Amino acid sequence: MSSSATKISDLIGREYKEGFVTEIEADTLPPGLDEGVIRKLSAKKNEPEFMLDWRLDAFRRWQGMNEPAWAHVDYAPIDFQGISYYSAPRSQADGPQSLDEVDPKLLETYNKLGIPLEEQKFLAGVAVDAVFDSVSVATTFKSKLAEAGVIFCPFSEAVQEHPELVSRYLGTVVPTGDNFYAALNSAVFSDGSFVYIPKGVRCPMELSTYFRINALNTGQFERTLIIADEDSYVSYLEGCTAPMRDENQLHAAVVELVAMKGAQIKYSTVQNWYPGDEEGRGGIYNFVTKRGACRGDDAKISWTQVETGSAITWKYPSVLLEGDRSSGEFYSVALTNNCQQADTGTKMVHIGRETSSTIISKGISAGRGQNAYRGLVKVLKGAENARNYSQCDSLLMGNRCGAHTFPYLEVRNPTAIVEHEASTSKIGEDQLFYCRQRGLSEEDAVSMIVNGFCKEVFKELPMEFAVEAQALLGISLEGAVG
Amino acid sequence: MSQAVSTAEDYLAAQRLANLPAVGTAWLDIRRNQARSLLEGVGLPTPRQEDWKYTNIRPITRSTFDPVSGSSGWNDQDFLESIQLPGLNSYRLVFADGILVRELSSCDGLPAGVTIASVAEILRADSAKLENLLGSALPTSPHGFTAMNSSFIADGAYLDIGPGIVLDKPVELVFICACAGEDRLGMPRNLIVGRPGSHASVIERYLSVVEARSLTNAVSEVILEEDAQLTHQRITDESSRSFHVGGLFARLGGDSRLDACSITLGGSLVRNDVLVNLDASGATVDLAGLYLARGRCHIDNHTHVVHNSPSARSRELYKGILNDRSRAVFHGRITVQAGAQQTDSEQNNQNLLLSREAEVDTKPQLEIYADDVKCSHGATVGQLDEMAVLYLRSRGIGESQARGILTHAFAGEILERIELDNLRLHLDHCVSHRLSSVERVVS
Repeated sequence: MSSSATKISDLIGREYKEGFVTEIEADTLPPGLDEGVIRKLSAKKNEPEFMLDWRLDAFRRWQGMNEPAWAHVDYAPIDFQGISYYSAPRSQADGPQSLDEVDPKLLETYNKLGIPLEEQKFLAGVAVDAVFDSVSVATTFKSKLAEAGVIFCPFSEAVQEHPELVSRYLGTVVPTGDNFYAALNSAVFSDGSFVYIPKGVRCPMELSTYFRINALNTGQFERTLIIADEDSYVSYLEGCTAPMRDENQLHAAVVELVAMKGAQIKYSTVQNWYPGDEEGRGGIYNFVTKRGACRGDDAKISWTQVETGSAITWKYPSVLLEGDRSSGEFYSVALTNNCQQADTGTKMVHIGRETSSTIISKGISAGRGQNAYRGLVKVLKGAENARNYSQCDSLLMGNRCGAHTFPYLEVRNPTAIVEHEASTSKIGEDQLFYCRQRGLSEEDAVSMIVNGFCKEVFKELPMEFAVEAQALLGISLEGAVG
Repeated sequence: MSQAVSTAEDYLAAQRLANLPAVGTAWLDIRRNQARSLLEGVGLPTPRQEDWKYTNIRPITRSTFDPVSGSSGWNDQDFLESIQLPGLNSYRLVFADGILVRELSSCDGLPAGVTIASVAEILRADSAKLENLLGSALPTSPHGFTAMNSSFIADGAYLDIGPGIVLDKPVELVFICACAGEDRLGMPRNLIVGRPGSHASVIERYLSVVEARSLTNAVSEVILEEDAQLTHQRITDESSRSFHVGGLFARLGGDSRLDACSITLGGSLVRNDVLVNLDASGATVDLAGLYLARGRCHIDNHTHVVHNSPSARSRELYKGILNDRSRAVFHGRITVQAGAQQTDSEQNNQNLLLSREAEVDTKPQLEIYADDVKCSHGATVGQLDEMAVLYLRSRGIGESQARGILTHAFAGEILERIELDNLRLHLDHCVSHRLSSVERVVS
């Protein structure tokens, strides 16, 4: 089974062997980063003055910063001057022309995940006709959203159409100088999603980048801003379970969530970018800053993530619990196989009274994978009766992988109750034996046990996503056993 | 605004001038020099270093302490009697600012095969004995204070428990600081060796003779060979103007066992580092700790257990009670190296916050590179169970007394592990005295 897994990766990774794709097309800026590049970038996107100032401010801060080195990951230094920071959407001509040209193993993976044929073409990078099923689907969705007053559009469109909302909220959760990668993102971000849910509106459907076809090629520096006004609700899905074709090695996205009084935001991620080959060559560096702020009382932000891809994942979706009785949740499954490295976790900052947070993190390490949970629970002085419960479980498969837990608990209020629990174990021989005895193959048995281990997180995912995530986990673990 | 701040250079300069024992002994000179360059390289710790994130040593660097490398002549029999543990019969060494006070020490009736001596004396008389032992249990990259201690090595206790010997009485090491006035720096360097099959119990006590500003930078190394057993108790109860940086660094051989209990009751800024390397299969370590922080005191416990071999076992429980404006830090790290299969490891840290101004920062960490292991850790921060308080109150016990009883019971889980009755009773008394009444934290 391991050989097939390799072939899949080989195929997806074909483009990565030589590093970044740097062929210069007509509408691409040459590699390198300076103020001129940012001005050009901003001009090309026809941005208003405040955006340019904001980008330049971020760039100046970034210049004074050093790359963080504290994470439990190991990689060769990145040449930030070797990246092209603006590239017009790629032409599809250089992709495969039909599904027949795509590796059958990749198609097999798609079939296992139950992905429809048209979408398979799309994911494999096959040039598709202008008439594409999902486009019409997207249009239907758009009219439904407009009816409810929900704004859901590419970030660049929001800058043009709703500059007042963008300027009011952009950078208020993740400031430009927050960290090295957030600063870089702020300076050069290409595009992303913008969501605004008006007061009292329950978003009529789950919003998904998957359907936001027109802004697909958002590139490596994605920026997402979601604002849920008072008493509104939104569920947002990011990513998809199928392995995506992607040309950029460094991904430094920023996601900002703002939940006003009584609002709820549920943000779900499934990340399955190219993890590199078995020896750890290539693969995406996923350095993401995600943070939500519960601005008003009784607000709630919930992060759910399934991280199976990327060579390196460096990601800490956080919640600032500012409003009284606001609550934050973090549910995570992170899987590292082969040479993948993940340093992921969350930060829960309790500021308001009676705030609560829950952290459930499940880490699975196989092959030579290194999986670290790093979390911070901080209770400030005014956070009366704050409550936190954290649970971090690790599952180890094979004796060359590693599982690490680095929780930080900082408590400055005596009425707070903070609990952290962590355990590390392997799949029991007796559990495996039990399943094998009942006729399950070893691989199915492992997949079943692992899915059971992750159940607490999967049940937080929207239904279709959860089913796909389970299948994905099984596929990602192929070759890890035996 | 610029205030004088003492730096590593000040202590390096003092080291050059100090009259240290056995200078000229080749191996010792090399080690002292290595430690000097280490200190030169890393400097004194700053909060920028991850291991010192929550502990700022500024209160220490505000003064420059004078390292003590020879006897000051301090010899206060009355003080010693005042701090004696009632009913405890022990072999005893007393150190003033880190230097042995022979007149106050007594090791009569020591069985053959056991050495209890001053490190300085052994270094002068027979330094070769310590060549392969001294420094062998230290961390590979020690922090500035440990390096500073290694660059001096003026005195300390040397214990060697011979093969198969079960020591009849505990060994009591009393370290008294502030004997020679303000701003002294005592740097005891202790070495405890348990030969195969030996059993011993050691009590390290750190006390102040007067309320004076002082710094103690103590390092104890423990080396346990096969089947050896050591019970190690460390009690820090210095004055509220004392700074204390202590280290317990141990390496454990096959089937050996270390029970180490650290009780911190007083001091202005206390930092304890513990490193235990489980080097062979069957080794067991049980770490326990209790810290009682009051006033503006800052207590930092850093522990690191490294499983280097298969089938070793580690247990750890640290408990803290914080009052007033105190702050406590706990950092517990467990590393399971590749190949250390069948590791069984548990770690727990529990904290009770009794005041609105207190703060606790805890960081339990697991780093695991083997798959057939059983590891868990936990950390809690909270307050007394109101139901339990109600239970006691409904039986006619006053509120603050009820809280005192419950807080005392919280500490009891650590205290009851101490096997020496006299010591346990003494500590229990100290704790209950300090917790006689606990007020409710009103929100």
